[in-house]
Amino acid sequence: MFEKIVEIVVDQLGLDNADHITPKTSLMKDLEADSLDAVEIIMALEDEFDIEIPDEEAEKFKNIGDITKYIKENK
Amino acid sequence: MKRRVVVTGIGAITPIGIGKENFFNALKTGECGIDTISRFDATDFNTQIAAEVKDFDPTDYIDKKEAKRMDRFTQFGVAASKLAIEDAALDLEKINKDRFGVVIGSGIGGLETLENEHKKLINKGPGRVSPFFIPMMIGNMAAGRISIAFGAKGPNTTVVTACASSTNAIGDAFKILQRGDADIMITGGTEASITPSAVAGFCSMKAMSTRNNDPKAASRPFDKDRDGFIMGEGSGMLILEELEHALARGAHIYAEMVGYGMSADAYHITSPAPGGEGAAMSMKHAIKDANITPEDIDYINAHGTSTPLNDKFESMAIKSAFGEHAYKLSVSSTKSMTGHLLGAAGGIEAIVCTLALMEDYIPPTINYTTPDPECDLDYTPNKGSKKVVNYALSNSLGFGGHNASIILKKY
Repeated sequence: MFEKIVEIVVDQLGLDNADHITPKTSLMKDLEADSLDAVEIIMALEDEFDIEIPDEEAEKFKNIGDITKYIKENK
Repeated sequence: MKRRVVVTGIGAITPIGIGKENFFNALKTGECGIDTISRFDATDFNTQIAAEVKDFDPTDYIDKKEAKRMDRFTQFGVAASKLAIEDAALDLEKINKDRFGVVIGSGIGGLETLENEHKKLINKGPGRVSPFFIPMMIGNMAAGRISIAFGAKGPNTTVVTACASSTNAIGDAFKILQRGDADIMITGGTEASITPSAVAGFCSMKAMSTRNNDPKAASRPFDKDRDGFIMGEGSGMLILEELEHALARGAHIYAEMVGYGMSADAYHITSPAPGGEGAAMSMKHAIKDANITPEDIDYINAHGTSTPLNDKFESMAIKSAFGEHAYKLSVSSTKSMTGHLLGAAGGIEAIVCTLALMEDYIPPTINYTTPDPECDLDYTPNKGSKKVVNYALSNSLGFGGHNASIILKKY
């Protein structure tokens, strides 16, 4: 699950590789995603895992670990 | 006295070559960039051919993440601007960015993005429309992205006048420099509309050639057997610079820009006015603006789309504006080779005019085999010719009745 999420993040942000990405990694603080990037990543995750992530939940995510946890619990 | 404006940089992303050298060489050898459409399956379309840009990798010019957030028309525009800045040897650390501006023409904008996102809206619902849909699709985003990429904080606009867009853009940038509102301008046009909806729309208008079995012969401006235009894509950008500014930094000067004219047909949404009177007025305005006489013009890079109506009326317009001199000057339509880049056509054709002035060379109109009695000027058939060129004029005429002409002078 975590690896798949990282793969989507790397693809969406056009990163060269997934090195240094851990559950503690923040999309905006560490990977320099802007608010539009964040929305697009959430959409890609919704597509991939076939779930709905409400905006108010998405706003609470601090890092990729939070995203992984939410998807595991709600899938 | 008006400030003088010169061309100091060229950037070309075209169906017959990327970069100034490749583009010039292809123009001289009469290469044709038209082939069967590869960007989508055009089997069901009346027109199945176009002039696509080949071997374009946006990441050669743009950061991978940024490139992904740009429509193809913006990628072309940023890439061609980068080439033009490098060609002009502009040191972005040294110039005053507040006096560094951008005017870009695009007829259509991010149509491919619109089509893709509209599919998501219909198939998956509004929640799946990308947050980048709007900032990728809107037609001004090439100009916006170019300013961001190169830190250009001066005047910045986009012109949308269909197929006249980039000639209007270059003319507007010229005037901004002439009146002193900036010292350097990136200007030209960009277009990437070889997409199903655009091809379908032009097919329905019966505006495009259906010579699908012979793509290299499909764009044949002024030839009697012409049957419509062929859509092209790409971008042509110039660095225009105030003369003293260019001299002070020791820039190479390609040509001087001296005239800009425009007019509207005020007649019909797609058909040119009878006798080409609007186009004639545009050329006359440009000649007046340059403070020269019609007899000074040696070469006209025609709009020359290869549609039955355009080429006939543009020939009439040239005769109306130039009188007897119309038969002495050289005309050519390089759309015979590049296809019609719509809102980017004037960008690459201004570059063609700089080639003509620099090398005293008229590029050919290829595929000219059967003279049309209604088109009886010297169209430089099939082979380019050496000829002294002191003044070159480029025409662009757009749906809606927009006419724009610019004049470049040997420096």
